[in-house]
Amino acid sequence: MSTVDIDIPPQAGAPRGSMKAETRGRRLRLGDPIFRGLATASGLFLAVAMVGLGVVLVIDSWPAITGLGTKMLTTVAWSPSTGEYGALAALVGTFLSTLVAMVIAVPLALVIALLLVELVHPKVSRVVGTVIEMLASIPSIVFGMVGIFTIVPFMQDHLVPWVLSTPLGKVPGIAPGPNYAGGGVSIFTAGVVLAFMVLPFITAVSRDVMKMVPQVTKEAGYGLGSTTWEVMRKISLRYANSGIVGAIFIGFGRALGETMAVAFLIGSVFTSLPHSVFDPGTSIASLIALNFSEATDKLQISALIELGLILFILTILFQVAAQAWLRRVQRVTGGRA
Amino acid sequence: MKQSASVRRLMVIVALLAVVAMAVGATACGSSSSSSSTTSAGATPTGTPSPTLTPVPLQGGTIVGAGASFPAPLYMKWGEAYNGVKGVKLNYQSIGSGGGIAAIEAKLVDFGASDAPLQEADLSSNGLVQFPMVVGGVVVVVHLNGVADGQLKLTPAVLASIYMGKTTLWNDASITALNPGLSLPAIKINVVHRSDSSGTTWIFTHYLTDAAGSVWTAGADKVVPWPIGIGGNGSAGVATSVQQLSGSIGYVEYAYAKQTGMITTQLQNKAGTWVKPSIASFTAAAANASWKASLPSMYLVLVNQPGAASWPITGASFILVQKSQADAARAKQMFDWFNWNYTSGASSATALDYVPIPASVYDLVQKQVWPTVTAAGSPVWP
Repeated sequence: MSTVDIDIPPQAGAPRGSMKAETRGRRLRLGDPIFRGLATASGLFLAVAMVGLGVVLVIDSWPAITGLGTKMLTTVAWSPSTGEYGALAALVGTFLSTLVAMVIAVPLALVIALLLVELVHPKVSRVVGTVIEMLASIPSIVFGMVGIFTIVPFMQDHLVPWVLSTPLGKVPGIAPGPNYAGGGVSIFTAGVVLAFMVLPFITAVSRDVMKMVPQVTKEAGYGLGSTTWEVMRKISLRYANSGIVGAIFIGFGRALGETMAVAFLIGSVFTSLPHSVFDPGTSIASLIALNFSEATDKLQISALIELGLILFILTILFQVAAQAWLRRVQRVTGGRA
Repeated sequence: MKQSASVRRLMVIVALLAVVAMAVGATACGSSSSSSSTTSAGATPTGTPSPTLTPVPLQGGTIVGAGASFPAPLYMKWGEAYNGVKGVKLNYQSIGSGGGIAAIEAKLVDFGASDAPLQEADLSSNGLVQFPMVVGGVVVVVHLNGVADGQLKLTPAVLASIYMGKTTLWNDASITALNPGLSLPAIKINVVHRSDSSGTTWIFTHYLTDAAGSVWTAGADKVVPWPIGIGGNGSAGVATSVQQLSGSIGYVEYAYAKQTGMITTQLQNKAGTWVKPSIASFTAAAANASWKASLPSMYLVLVNQPGAASWPITGASFILVQKSQADAARAKQMFDWFNWNYTSGASSATALDYVPIPASVYDLVQKQVWPTVTAAGSPVWP
């Protein structure tokens, strides 16, 4: 295959001029393998960096893996003075805050994407789309600071007391636990801010896949007497199904590893499991970030690196599962479309 | 024409970006001037862990240090002033105590700085020497309507009980009994602690353990298994949480509380007297401590010291150096700077709300500790 690729350009160039084409051909012969080599090296470098990262994480976390065993995943503790480390609270907090973020962000992102693609003038769509993409480039620490100065007071003064005063406030998982601290600094607040952070990613990808729905198919829908809502629900959303799931996975992956904004807002309670989304908690990434710089105990450093390894594995598993799922869906819908 | 207009617009954008970048850079350097004696490494957020410090070439005319963030503003200030006097620059990277210890163990820097002293065994196994460079106080801050600065009185046992989650209301009998003149509301005590691993927590929890060990059982370290409360990231995080929720209690460095005008409390010290946090009460604690007994390691936890005037939550920030120095001239240059800090740096320290090391302690450091540091077999100091 490679030899064929290289041979084609000089032949294609030949009819143009005799001498020039030949020199150009010789240069191409040299340029092609060089570029191919560079590209291969770059690709390999990426793979090596990825594998190397994993290997380093395993080596550095080995003392914690062997010393703490499964306690790391099944217990709630973080105490350098006694050498006890268990990240269950961080795992639970990470998943809960991510879940809150997705519950808020996914419907919102889909509605915005539909709005941009189906309902508004293309010019408006471009402007709004740019604004949403700009949201994606804001550093996460900014979200953390805005969160702590505006969203935390709003939550503790208005939203959380209101929710807790309704019958919903008695439901397990919402009813506050012993660590409840006004609801301002909580897993829920962290989730809300995370939702804003992942919203642009989910919106942008969903919009792009919805744009790819063939106009003919949609027009056929309208031709059969469907309303806009019916076309969106039964044609656009269904056609873009797989891409939307991909978008959700991208958002989920980002929310899972988000550090600084969460560290500011989640309350960093690592000594007990949260009873409610309005309780403070902690997340894997923020636990690492908040403890690493002052960690002196070797086992603690190793335990923190093991947390990094856990996050690394979780993210990879998530990506692999997402891609496998996407391929499956593409096969199914691809056949139909 | 149109093209040149768009080019001009682009230039404006680029210029704006440059200005923003410079502004960010300036903020990152903190209040220090843009002199090259300081590095922007202080801007590294606590969230960027880096115990693997990039090696800095140990060039002449520059003292390279790394570590604790608590004394960083003072070290940079001292470095700047000393550069003006002697033309020797300081490059201090505020990467956290853990990073500072790792850096000096690996000889990447001339000195490391740590908010918590190392035990004698750790010092000798790594060939290090440590001594206190500056003292700081930790204060208890509250947010209670109708309570002014320095009014609320707390004993160690009551404070420990609050942080254990056993005393949960502000009008609890144990608190009102100490404060007959104050009307304390019947609201929940919202406990706030540091969420990041920190020297401040190390000092605070050592205090609770030392002064109220029968009540406080969560141990003493830079991070402890808190029985209750929420975490704030850094002093700013604790302060924000305390200020946002009425009924909150927290602890921050004195300098931070003073500069942000927070409501501090009185504490009952070891001698049984009520003291308010001040430079004078921190100095008293540092002077009353038995530093002599801490030799040769100088491992001393400065909390709960005797003396009627001593503020009970006081801590020293330490300097770590290699016991055997590679370059005598270089080492001398560094010890000259340390000596200058002790003898001429007091006014800059108090201006930044740090507590200078008392003369008696300086005397001890200079006569008992420094002479043990050698280069090629002979003492570096004096």
